[in-house]
Amino acid sequence: MNRFIASVVAATALTMPLTAQAQEAFKIGVLVTQEGTFTVAGGDGIRGVELAIDQFGGEVAGRPIEWVLGPSDATPDTAVRVARKLIEQDGVDIIVGPLSGSEGIAMRDYSKTIPDKTIINGISGALETTFVDPSPNFFRFNTDGNQWGSGLGSYVVNELGWTNIATVAADYSFGYTNFMGFAVDYCRAGGKIEERFWQPLGSSDFGSVIAALPDDVDAIYLGIGGTDAINFLNQYQQAGSETNIIAGTILVDQSVLTAEGRAKDALIGTVSSGPQADDYDSPAWKAYVEAYQAKWAPEDRFPTPSLFATGYYNATMAALTALQEVEGDTSDGQEAFRAALSGLTLASPIGDITLNENRQATGPVFISEVIENEDGTLSTKMVSKVEGVTQTLGLEMADFAALGLPSRDTPDCDALNGG
Amino acid sequence: MRAFTQRYPVWSALIGLAALILLYAIFAPWSDAAEDIFGRKRIFLNALFGGITLGALYFLVASGFTLIFGLMKNVNLAHGSLYLFGGYMGYLWVDLTGLWIWAFPVVFIIVALIGVVLQYVVFRRMEGEDLRQTLVTIGIGIVAADIMLWIWGGQSYTILTPEWLSGPTKLPIISSIRDSGEIVYLSYPQVRIAILVASIVIGLGMWFALNKTRIGMLIRAGVDDKEMLTATGVRIQLVFVGVFAFGAGLAGIAGIVGGTFQSISPGEDTRFLLASLVVVIVGGMGSIPGAALGALIIGLADQLGSVYMPTYSVVLSFLIMALVLAFRPQGLLGGGR
Repeated sequence: MNRFIASVVAATALTMPLTAQAQEAFKIGVLVTQEGTFTVAGGDGIRGVELAIDQFGGEVAGRPIEWVLGPSDATPDTAVRVARKLIEQDGVDIIVGPLSGSEGIAMRDYSKTIPDKTIINGISGALETTFVDPSPNFFRFNTDGNQWGSGLGSYVVNELGWTNIATVAADYSFGYTNFMGFAVDYCRAGGKIEERFWQPLGSSDFGSVIAALPDDVDAIYLGIGGTDAINFLNQYQQAGSETNIIAGTILVDQSVLTAEGRAKDALIGTVSSGPQADDYDSPAWKAYVEAYQAKWAPEDRFPTPSLFATGYYNATMAALTALQEVEGDTSDGQEAFRAALSGLTLASPIGDITLNENRQATGPVFISEVIENEDGTLSTKMVSKVEGVTQTLGLEMADFAALGLPSRDTPDCDALNGG
Repeated sequence: MRAFTQRYPVWSALIGLAALILLYAIFAPWSDAAEDIFGRKRIFLNALFGGITLGALYFLVASGFTLIFGLMKNVNLAHGSLYLFGGYMGYLWVDLTGLWIWAFPVVFIIVALIGVVLQYVVFRRMEGEDLRQTLVTIGIGIVAADIMLWIWGGQSYTILTPEWLSGPTKLPIISSIRDSGEIVYLSYPQVRIAILVASIVIGLGMWFALNKTRIGMLIRAGVDDKEMLTATGVRIQLVFVGVFAFGAGLAGIAGIVGGTFQSISPGEDTRFLLASLVVVIVGGMGSIPGAALGALIIGLADQLGSVYMPTYSVVLSFLIMALVLAFRPQGLLGGGR
C-alpha cells in the first residue's frame, strides 16, 4: 500500500509541472499523404506547414509550436486511423490535413467524434466535406475542387471557342467535384460534352481510353493528376493524338510539370484553373515564393510552391493567426479559438480568404496557361483571375443544391446549356 | 496438343470456335449492328492490343518471379524492387547515352548482378526456410524502396522513346470503312508493338532454353527433384545463382519497358509485385507457359475492363484470381503437385 501511495505521489509530482506550465507547446498534427500517387504532393504540403511555422518564428503567443507527422496513403481508412493516433497518442491540439478528397469527408465525420479538438483542412477539395452535413470543428481555408474548376469553362467557350469536348477524369470524389465546377460554368456558357470517361485512381495504362476518345471534338478535358497524368500524357503522345487539352486543376500542378521525361510536353499551351498561379504578381505571393525558395535548396523543393504547399501553408497560417488572436488560449474545448477561426479574414499569398456559414473558404481562382521556359522547364502563366468564388459558384444555395452532388452524371450539361 | 483434343473434344471445339470468332472480329470490318452493341471497332482493337501489350509487360516481370519460385521455392517479394531499380537504371542510361536499345543488355547485367548478390549473400543462407525467406524479402523490398526514394526522389520518370519508335504506325488491320468507301487502318503506338514483339521473343527463347538445352534440362530436373539432381553431381548452387540472376535481370528489363510506355515512380515496385503475384497465381506457380497465360489474361482483363466496365476494372483481375483459386487452386497451367 505504501508503495502504491508513493508511486501516486511520484506520478502526481511528475505531471504537476506539466499542467502548471503556462507555456505548453501548441501541437499540430500534420495529416498528409506519404505513399502512392500523391507522395510528392504530400512532401510539398509538409514544406508548407514548416514555412508557416517559420513565419511565426516557431512560437505563437509565447507558446512554442510543435508539429507531428501523420502519414496517410490517400485512403479514408488510413486517414482516420492516423488522425486517431495523432489525437490519442501524440496528444495534438489541432490537425492540419488531409490532402485528398475522400480523406476529407472521412475527417469531417471523424471531427464530430472529437468536439474538443479542431481540424483544419490541408488541401482536400471534395465539395461534400463542407457542403453536406458540415461539422462545427472542421474548417477549410482553401477553396474546394468545385470552386477551382469555375471560370475555366466560360473561358474556353468565350476566349478559345471550344464548344464540343470529351472528358477523361479521375473516378473519385475530387475528380467529380473539380469536373463539376468546370462543367457547370462550361455548360452555362453554352458548351456541349460529347462523352465522359472515368478512370480509377492509380490507372497506369490508358491506351484503350485514348483510343476510345471521339475524333471530332474541339478539346479533351483531362482531370487526372500525379503519376496517372504522366502515364496518360506519355501514352497520348505515343498514340500520336494531338487534340487540344483542357486541364483539370491537378493536371498542371508542379508535381506533373517537374516530372522527368518528355510526357509533360503535351501540356504546352494547355489552359487550366486552380487556387493559385505561379507568376501571380502580388507582393504577398512574391514574398511567399521567396521565403519558400530561400528555405530549401533547389533540389529539395519545387521551383515554386505547389498548391499542396500553399494549402497546408494557409491552413497552418490560419490556425496560428487565430491562436495569436486568442492569445494562445486553447482551453474550454478550444471554443474561443474556433470563434476566431470563423471570423478570420486570412490575408494569404493568393489574396483574402473568408469563411462562409459552412466554414468553407470564399476565395480567388486563377486561370493560367502552361508555357515552356527558355531552359525547357514548364510553368504556368496567369491569364485571368476570378475574385471571391463562393462555394455555390455564384448560384443561390438552393439552386446549387438542386444541381445535385457531383457524380459521374452530375451536372447534367444539357439541362444547363438549354440544349 | 493432340492429346488434349482427344481428351476434351468439346472444350477443344469451343476454344477453336472462340479463336475463330476473335480472328474474324479482328480482321473483318464490323457491321453497324455489331458497332451498336460493342462500340466502335477501333476501341475494341485498341483494348485488345493494349491488353496483350500490358500482358507482355506483366509476363516479363512474372516469368522471372515464377522461375525463381519454381526452382528454389523462394517467394521473392523483393521482385518489385528489382523492377523499379531496373527502370531507374534504364532512365539513367538512356538519359546519358540516348541509346534505348542498349539499355536492355546493360540493365539486364546490372540487375542480374544484384540478383547474384542477393542469392549468394542472403538466400543461400536460408534455403528451405519459407517463412524466413518471405520475411527477409519483404524487408529487403521495403529498405530498397526507401533507398530508391532517397536517391531518385518522389517524382515520375518516363524513359525517352527513341525517335524511330515514337508516334503511331498503321497496322494492316481494318479499323473502319468510311461512308465514302475509304478504308481506315488501325493506328497503334510503335513502341507498344516493339514491346510485344520483344516479349514474345523472350518468351519463346525461355521456352526453348528450358526445353531444348542442357541448362534447361538441369533447371527442369531441379524443379522436379532437387536432391536427386544434387546427388548426380550437379553443382546446384551454381544453377540457383544463374536462375536467380536471370529472373532478376528480366525484372530489370521489364523496368525499362514499364518506364517507356508508363512511368517509373515510388510505389510501382509494389504494384508490379502484386501484379506478378496475381499473374503467377492465375497461371500456376513455377510454370513459364502459365506465367504467359496468366499475364495475357490479367492484361486483357485490365484493358478490356477499363473500356467496357470502367467501374469494376479494378476488381476484375482479383475476381479472376479468386475464381481460379476456387476452382483450380494450383493455377491454370500449374502442376498437380
